Parts: sequence; C-alpha cells; structure tokens
Amino acid sequence: MSVTAIAMQLFTGLSLGMLYVLLALGLSIIFGLLTVVNFSHGAMFMWGAYAGVATASFTGNFWLALVVSPLVTGAYGLFVERALVRPLYGRDLNYPLLLTFGLQYVMIEIVRIFWGTSDLAFSAPEVLNFPVGLFGIFYFPSYRLFVIGVTGLICLTLWLFLEKTNLGLVIRAGTRDPLMVRALGIDMGKIWWFVFGMGSALAGIAGILAAPIRSVFPEMGLAMLVESFVVVVVGGMGSLKGAILSGIIMGEASALTTLFYPQMADIVIFLVMAVVLLIRPSGLFGKSGLLE
Amino acid sequence: MAFRKTVSKYPLSFIFLFFIVFPFIVPYKALATRIIIWGLFALGYNVCLGYTGMLSFGHAAFFGSGAYAAGLVLLRVSQNIWFGLLGGLLMGAVTAFILGYMSIKRRGIYFAMLTLAFAQLVYFIAFQWAGLTGGDNGLRNIPPLPVSLLGLTIHIESPLRFYFFVLVFVILSLFVLNRILQSPFGHVLKAVRENDHRARSCGYETSNVRWLAFIISGAISGLAGALYALYLHFVGIESLYWTTSGQVVMMTLLGGMGSFIGPFIGAGVFLYLEDVLSTVTEHWMIFLGGIFILCVLFFPTGIWGTILEIVRRKRTTVKQERDA
Amino acid sequence: MANPKQEKGKRGAIDRRTFIKGTGCATGMALFGGFHFVRKTHAAEGPIKLGFPIPLTGPYGTEAKDQQAGAELAVAQANASGGVLGRKVELLVRDDKLKADEAALRAKELIESEGVQLMAGVFSAANQLAVNEQCKLHGIPYMSTGQSNEITQLPDNSIYTYHEAFDPYQTSQAVGGWAGKNLGKRWYFLVADYAYGWQLTEGFRRKGKEFGFVDAGETKHPLGTSDYSSYMARILAAKPDVLFMNNFGKDMTNAVKQAAAFGLKKQVTIVCPNCSLSSRMAGGDEVFDGVICGTSFYWEMDHPTTREFVQAFQKMHGRPPVDYAGYAYSGVKELLGGVNRAGKLDPVALAGAIEGRTYDNYKGKQWWRPCDHQSQQDWFIAKSKKAKAQYDVFQIVATISGADQRLMRTCVELGLDPNKPIRSGLIKK
Repeated sequence: MSVTAIAMQLFTGLSLGMLYVLLALGLSIIFGLLTVVNFSHGAMFMWGAYAGVATASFTGNFWLALVVSPLVTGAYGLFVERALVRPLYGRDLNYPLLLTFGLQYVMIEIVRIFWGTSDLAFSAPEVLNFPVGLFGIFYFPSYRLFVIGVTGLICLTLWLFLEKTNLGLVIRAGTRDPLMVRALGIDMGKIWWFVFGMGSALAGIAGILAAPIRSVFPEMGLAMLVESFVVVVVGGMGSLKGAILSGIIMGEASALTTLFYPQMADIVIFLVMAVVLLIRPSGLFGKSGLLE
Repeated sequence: MAFRKTVSKYPLSFIFLFFIVFPFIVPYKALATRIIIWGLFALGYNVCLGYTGMLSFGHAAFFGSGAYAAGLVLLRVSQNIWFGLLGGLLMGAVTAFILGYMSIKRRGIYFAMLTLAFAQLVYFIAFQWAGLTGGDNGLRNIPPLPVSLLGLTIHIESPLRFYFFVLVFVILSLFVLNRILQSPFGHVLKAVRENDHRARSCGYETSNVRWLAFIISGAISGLAGALYALYLHFVGIESLYWTTSGQVVMMTLLGGMGSFIGPFIGAGVFLYLEDVLSTVTEHWMIFLGGIFILCVLFFPTGIWGTILEIVRRKRTTVKQERDA
Repeated sequence: MANPKQEKGKRGAIDRRTFIKGTGCATGMALFGGFHFVRKTHAAEGPIKLGFPIPLTGPYGTEAKDQQAGAELAVAQANASGGVLGRKVELLVRDDKLKADEAALRAKELIESEGVQLMAGVFSAANQLAVNEQCKLHGIPYMSTGQSNEITQLPDNSIYTYHEAFDPYQTSQAVGGWAGKNLGKRWYFLVADYAYGWQLTEGFRRKGKEFGFVDAGETKHPLGTSDYSSYMARILAAKPDVLFMNNFGKDMTNAVKQAAAFGLKKQVTIVCPNCSLSSRMAGGDEVFDGVICGTSFYWEMDHPTTREFVQAFQKMHGRPPVDYAGYAYSGVKELLGGVNRAGKLDPVALAGAIEGRTYDNYKGKQWWRPCDHQSQQDWFIAKSKKAKAQYDVFQIVATISGADQRLMRTCVELGLDPNKPIRSGLIKK
C-alpha cells in the first residue's frame, strides 16, 4: 500500500471517527450523569437527519438545517426525560435502558408513517460539494473536512462549557457525586433534564451531518447504535475524553482495517472492545464502580 | 367457589389444559407452535435476567447456534431427531460456556455490551462461513423427520402433531428448570442477584455461580433454537442477529421477569399481537413499541407479575375480611 | 386443608403427579392429533388464493409496494377476463419484514391458515428460498419474482418452483458482455459481502475472460454499509478503468454517491449492474450522471407490450411501473395463465402448461426453460439522464438479448438434464 493510500485512509478514518465521537459524546454524557443507557440514541440520530432534511428542502438552506436538527432533537430529548425516563428513577438501572429500547421502535415507525420507507436523497450544499486536493497527493471530499471541522468545534465548545461555566461545573460535580451536589442544595433533576436534552441534541447534529454522506432512511440509526455503544464502552462510560479518543481510534481502526483486510472491517471494533475490556474493565478512561 | 379452589390447588394442571386447548384458540396452529418455542427461549433467558440479575444482550448467539447445530446434525450426521435436539441443546450450552467465560467477570451494562459484542462476533462468523451455514441464504432443506420412540415411528408433519411434539419438550424443560430453580442452587442464584458481595462473603464463588446459570440459560435457549429449526425446516441468519436478542428481552420484560411463567406469557402476548397487528397494519411496530413502553412505565412486573399482584392483593383482603 | 406437596414449592412448583398427568395428556393428544387433518381449502367453490409475502416494512418497502402493485394489476386483469378456472383470484399480501424466518412463517400461515393454492413474490434471495422451502413441503406452486442464483439449482429447485426474475449470474453475463465491448480493460469490483455480491463478481470474472479483461481486484464491504469512504483509497490505488458496483439498493446508491464525492468519476467509469429505478431516483441526477446502469425494465421503452402494461398500470396506480413491478406483474400473470391453460390445479399439468412457453408480457420476448423453470429474458443497459419529470430518469442505450440461453448457466452446469423438464420434489398429497 502506497503512502498516498495510507495518508488518505487516515483522513477517512478521522472523518468516520467524528460521527462516532458525536454520538458517543451524547451517550456518554447522558450515562455519566444520569446512569441511563439511552437505547434510542440511534433513533434520535435518525430524527436529526430527517429534521434537517425536511428543513433544508423547505427553506433550501443547509446551514439552517444544521441549527434546526439539534434544536428539534434536543427539545425531544427534554420531553423524553421529563415524561418517560424520570418516572423510572429509583428503580432498577435496567428500566430506562429497556424503555428507550422500546422507544426507538416507535420513533422509527413514526418516521415511516410520515416519510415512507424509501431513502431521501440529500446532498451537501454546493459550496461544499467538491473534492479538495490535499497535500497535492489525493482528493478528499471537502464536505468530510467540514464534518471534521464542525465536530472539532463542537468538542471545543463542549469542553469550554464544562470547564469554564458554572453549569458545567455542576454537571461535572454531578457526575462525580450526585448526592453531594444535592446536599449542597442544587436541584439535580433540572440538571439531568438539561443534560438529556444536550445529549439528544448532539445525536441530532450528528444525524444532519451524516445525511449528505449516507442514505437517509428510517433504519439508519440502528446501524450506528451498536457501534456507538461499543465506542462509549471502550472510552469508558461517562468519560468525555474517552468518548472523543475512542471515537477517533475506532474510526481509524475501521478505516485502516478496510485498507488491509476489508472483510474484518465490520468486526474490528468489536475485537478492539473485547481486548480493551479484558485489559481495562471499565474502558480507557472509565471509572470503575460506576454501574458495576 | 369450588372451581376457584380447585384451580388454586392444581394451578399447573390448568396450565397444562390451557396448553392443550391453545392451538385451537389462536388464529392458526403454526402460531401456537411459534409461541411455545419462543416461550421456552424467554424462559431460558429469564434464568439469566430474572433469576440471576444479569442483563444479557447476546442470547441470540445461543438460540441461533442451537438452531444451526440441530439443522447441521440432521442434514449431515444423522436422521434421528433426538440427536438433532440434543445437538442444539449442547451447542447452546457450549456457546454460553465460551461467551460466559469472557464476559462473566463484568457486571451491569458492561456485561450487556460484552454479550452483545460477542454475539455479533458469532453472527459474523456464521455469515462468513457460508459453506457451513449457508451464509445469508440460511441453512435450508432440513428434512421433516419422524420421531422414533420405543420402536414406534410417529410422524409429526401436521401442524397439530408438531405442536404437541414441541409441547412435550417445552413441558419437560419447564419441569427441569423449575426443579433447578427451586433447589438450593436456585436460592444461591437469588442471593447472588440481590447482593453479590454478601453472597461472596457467605462463601459462594459468585462468578462461577453466575457462569453456571449462564450456561443453563444458554442450553435452554439452544434447545428452543433447535425446535425452531425443526419447525421451519430452515435456519435464517437473523436468528443470530442482535435484534433476536432484543426481542427475547422485550418478551421477558413484557411478561414479567420476576416470575417463573411470566416470560412465557410475555412471548405469547408479543407474538400474538405482532401477528394480529401485522395483518391489520404495516405500522404494527408502533403499537407493540407503545405497549412495551407502557409496560415498562406502569407495569414493571410485567403482565403476569401484575396479575399475580392483583390476585395476591385480593387474597389478602379476603383473608383480612375472614380474619376480621 | 393445605396439600403439603403444593405448599413446599412456591407458586409455580410442579409436583410429580400433576406433571405425569400433564405429559400423559399431551402425548396422548399428539398421537390422536393425526386424526385432526389440516383444513385444506381445496373447496370447489371459493376464490383461488394467491399468497404474496413481501418486505413491506424495512429498507425495501418501496420495492415491495411496487411488486404488490404489479401483482394487483395482474390479478385484476385475470379477474376481469373470467378469473382462473372460473373462480375469482384473491391476492393475500403479507409482510415478511425482510427476515428469512419471518418469510417462512408467513408462508406457513398462508398455506396452513388461509389455504392458499398458489404463492408468488418475495423480494430478497434468502426469503425466496425460505418461502420456496415451505411451498415444496406442501406442494404449492411458487412463482419467484426476485433475483437469486440458488432458486433454480439443486437442492432448492423443484417442479413447484418458477423463477420469473433474473439472477446474478445472468446479470453479470449481460452487463459484462456489454462492458467488455465498450469500456476499458481494467475491472475493479466493489462487492457486497453476501451471496448476491459474490455471485455477481464470479460471473463478471467469467465473462470478462472472453474480452481479455484485467482483474484489478475487489473489495468486499459488509452488507448494509453506509460509509464507503474507507474503500475509496483501495479502489483508487488499483487504478481501474471500470468500477463495478456489485451490490444493490441503498448500498449501491450510497457507494455511488460517495465515490462521486471522492472524485472517482473523473478517473473511472462506474457501472451498476442491477440498478433499480427507485435506487436511481433516490440517488438523484447528479450522483448518477455518467454512471452506466443495468436494469430489467424501463417504462419508456418503445415496445408494444411495454406501452400496454404502462398504460394499464398508470390507470390503476397513477404512476409508471418500475422494474420490480414488472417482475411481479409478469410472474403472476404467467402463474394464473398457466393454471387456466392447465385446466386444473395440478402441479404437473401446470408445469406442462408453462414449460417451453414463449411469451411477452411487458418487455419483450421471454421463454420458460423446462429444465429449471427459469424465465429467459433480455436485460437493458441504460445511461442516466437529467430528469425532466419525476420518473424520466433513464435512456436505454442497449438491449442485451437473452435468446438461446446465452446469458444463463446451462442445464448441464446446474446438474439437470437439458432434455427433460424438471419433475423433482413432487410430493403426494
């Protein structure tokens, strides 16, 4: 394999990883704070894509779609937390998982009812729809570079939010010790509500970013779901650093395996997960004892 | 009054009677067979979830491998139906043995994810190994075979006969499982589920206990898979996919994981609804998903669990009235 | 007075006596079960029921509905001209959810509960085989309307099995032959990693040899892949002239879309051997611009039966028919027509009425090969054009004739006797 091919593949892996990162961030943040495994995350990803595509076809504006998608899924996330997940707190930890598991089927069916079962054709906006020569050696779709850039921006914003704002401080504290935070007089319920919405918004924006790359169809989230879980588990449930690093690693692993041994590409992330978990049982950056 | 007393004295006889009448109540007999096979699968799964407290998302691996094993035995090794079923059961146990070895040390969500990942690995291997399994086309042409028992050859091709054949196995498994779960071992399972640390401090090697429970669960799932292969004369690759695991989880929860017979009922309700709704609307999933959500929210003990609670509450009030 | 045996166990405990009673009952019933025979609706009155399992839910819902539309037209036409054997035909559509075991279950339900006398349809290869299995077990004639190599070969074929649609092998021979004459020599294959993809690739390699093609390599991708970016580097490194998309539906649309995004169209000609109209429409004009497509049928073709079919279809459904609608229409028409010609619902008579028959239902001359019940037919090469109206997306550039079995595997190759019609699998009812 030439250097060109490998270099190109590394970039491909990075752009692939970015979608994983966005999904893993949402999952991890919801889990880290609420210890809820959101099985409907893939369906939220799909809703984000549909919301964005609908906005873009209505207004003809892709950038508006980028804003609308996370707002729609974020709002939906707020609704889900308040109406469906909140009643389950205090019960076995499996219940929210099971609830969201059932929820995704309902979400998929709703989309099927309104949009039908076939794909929606959706392209990146004109300004991003051309291959860019990178380092003078290979072509790379400019849109994917855009995705890498946007994800990076989102991660940076998230980091700033968590590190530099008061709300971020409360969230971080709540992940570490929710009881203590409550004892200090802060209403964890509102925080959980907000975080669930934020996690869902992240899934939504991943959905609209993915729409020009792949088909938009009702089951598009199911494929991503299992992979997102693997990424989160490898990174460590509840760790944002872990989600980002793990997402990139998984993206690169998948891309490089495709280059050298394509049949294994589907399975390589599971193998990586098995290896990581056998060595570090809580994932790369996970805290042990968190939902053992 | 006398009838009610008889029912509560011999609940199991009435359950048997129900099973015997069952194929005539449902829309078609093949559905009844399907329900009891999945019921068995759900029951086996519940050994893992309800009794030992382990949420596994990988049981498709046991069900599917049991199905493939039975099919392959009947296609290539022997025309004896007993060997086929035995093969399925053993395959389920062996697969659970291996998967369990790698997953059992973890708990909670990590355990669930590991089982999911390993089950997907099994799916992938079966998919690629098309020479053995038929790949995505599935394992086909499993012959319909008669049962040879004590020198007699009984033909079981007709839907009703096949139903009763499967029923015998299901009841046998129910009996064996019940015995195991009522035994001291069963109590250890419960102890491990409630408080692992405490069980350990009582001297039980909890990871071994859980491993054994996992294997038993896998064996029953494998047997269910084998029966399924005989039922369809065919094994589809989807029997190994994670959606199959998800389905048995949903059924178990729907019926109630806190009781013995709950998952069985959950399987029945799930499949019956799915069948009836599918012929009415192509959007049946929204109803099934909605019902499932309602159950999780309002009936966490499942259908059967809620019924038991209501009956128990009635009995207590009756008793109170009597004692008063 | 509490029964101590009952009290010992908790709720759900089974004591030995009840268990023995129960099992005895069940076994007894099983032996007596033989006296309950399956309710066979071979009523002399009543409609002829045609079972039709298709994936209404799932990613191919649109194609499934197209198939249903085609079948509905054929049934309506048959009923309008007096029905079959003087009886009305009833189409019973079921959702097989694109899962093989569900397809088998639906087939079971249709056969055992509804008592269908005929079966047709099924979209995916695995599901066809599953439904075929059930039909063979019960002696129900089955007309398959989806692509599959296995359905016409051992051990799946039988006297009951008919295959209206093309198969991957024929597709590869048709498209490979055209590509060999018209395109560059270095061929690369992007292969969906399942039977369909493997078979297409094998077929292309075989045909390509006739033209001295250069095998630039292949890349297998898992079925249902959404992101093909990882494969682009490999493909480009091989420097092919032609890239064959040996996959179907969404996989194909995604792959083409992403290949275009990576600038592949500048250097490579992309060929989609089996491009359904719905895939082409889902992809859009720009994505498919310059892509060579193979298809079984296109509604704007200039042919008398095509025009008739399109007119009737548009009248009934308000849109032009797509390829899979054509398969279903023709297949069901053949099945129903065969029963009429046979004069009775007997599988051997039916086979006799269909085998060796030349017909033209919607796209040109077709012929039923007796040794395996495969329909010989033509394939079409199309170029994408900018759509002036919603369905106006193709321009046919070539018709690949299927005459003289030139595209099919020979009977001998399939282990069958070319001079004898297929009679295997006949069961006594």
